Amino acid sequence: MSKSLLIISRQAPWSGPGAREALDIALAGGAFDLPIGMLFLDDGVFQLAPAQQPGALQQKDLSANLQALPLFGVESLYVSARSLQERGLHEQRLSLAVEPLDDAALTTLVARYDQVITL
Amino acid sequence: MKFAIALFSPPHAPSSRRALRFAQAAIAGGHQIVRLFFYQEGVHSASSNVVSPQDELDLTGEWRDFVHAQQLDGVVCIAAALRRGVLNEQEAQRYARAAANLEAPWELSGLGQLHEAAQLADRLICFGGP
Repeated sequence: MSKSLLIISRQAPWSGPGAREALDIALAGGAFDLPIGMLFLDDGVFQLAPAQQPGALQQKDLSANLQALPLFGVESLYVSARSLQERGLHEQRLSLAVEPLDDAALTTLVARYDQVITL
Repeated sequence: MKFAIALFSPPHAPSSRRALRFAQAAIAGGHQIVRLFFYQEGVHSASSNVVSPQDELDLTGEWRDFVHAQQLDGVVCIAAALRRGVLNEQEAQRYARAAANLEAPWELSGLGQLHEAAQLADRLICFGGP
C-alpha cells in the first residue's frame, strides 16, 4: 500500500515560483495515483483568493492550475480557517473547493499522513 | 533505516548545511539513503559553478564528493533547475546555452523521482522550505 503524503503550501501565489512548485508536487503525485493531500496554510491561503489578475504581474494564472487538482485525483484539499480569517478571506468565496479546518483539526490532519512536505 | 532526503534551500542557508551533515551522519550510522532530491532553491547546491571563499565551507564541493564517494542517487528536479539556470550538457545544448553547470554525480529528472523515493524510504526528511 502506498504511503500517503500531505503537502503544506505556505507561500503566496505571486511571491516567486514556490507556490507553483508545491502544487507541482501534488499534481505529480496525483498522476502516479498516490494518496496525496494538500493543505493551504499561512500566506498559502492567498492562492485561493478569487478573481486574481496575474496578468498585471506578467504571471500565469495559478488558480487555473489549482483547478487541475481534482482532475489528477487530488481531492483531499484543506485550508486553515485561522489563516483565512487572519487575512480577511472568506471560506465561501474561494476559487477552489477546500475544507476549512480549525487548529485542532490541523493537528489531527498532519498526524493522519505518513509523510509531510512543507513548502 | 532507509532515508529519502529532500533539500529546498539555497546553498548558503543553514538548512542546506544541516542536510549535508544529516546525510553524512545517516551513512556513518549505517543507514541507507535511497535518494537525494534537490528542489526549489536546493538545485543550486548541485551547481558546479558555486565558488566559496577559501576560508569558508565549500558546501557544493562537499555534496559532490559525498555523493561520489557513497555512490548515492543524487537527483535534481529538472523543471526547478532549468528555471534557475542549473543545466547539464544535454539541456545546455537543447536550449542553446553557452555553458553547463551540472555534472555527474548529479542527474536531472522529474518530480516522480521524489515520490518514488518517498515511497521506498522509511522516512522522508526535508530541509529548507518557508
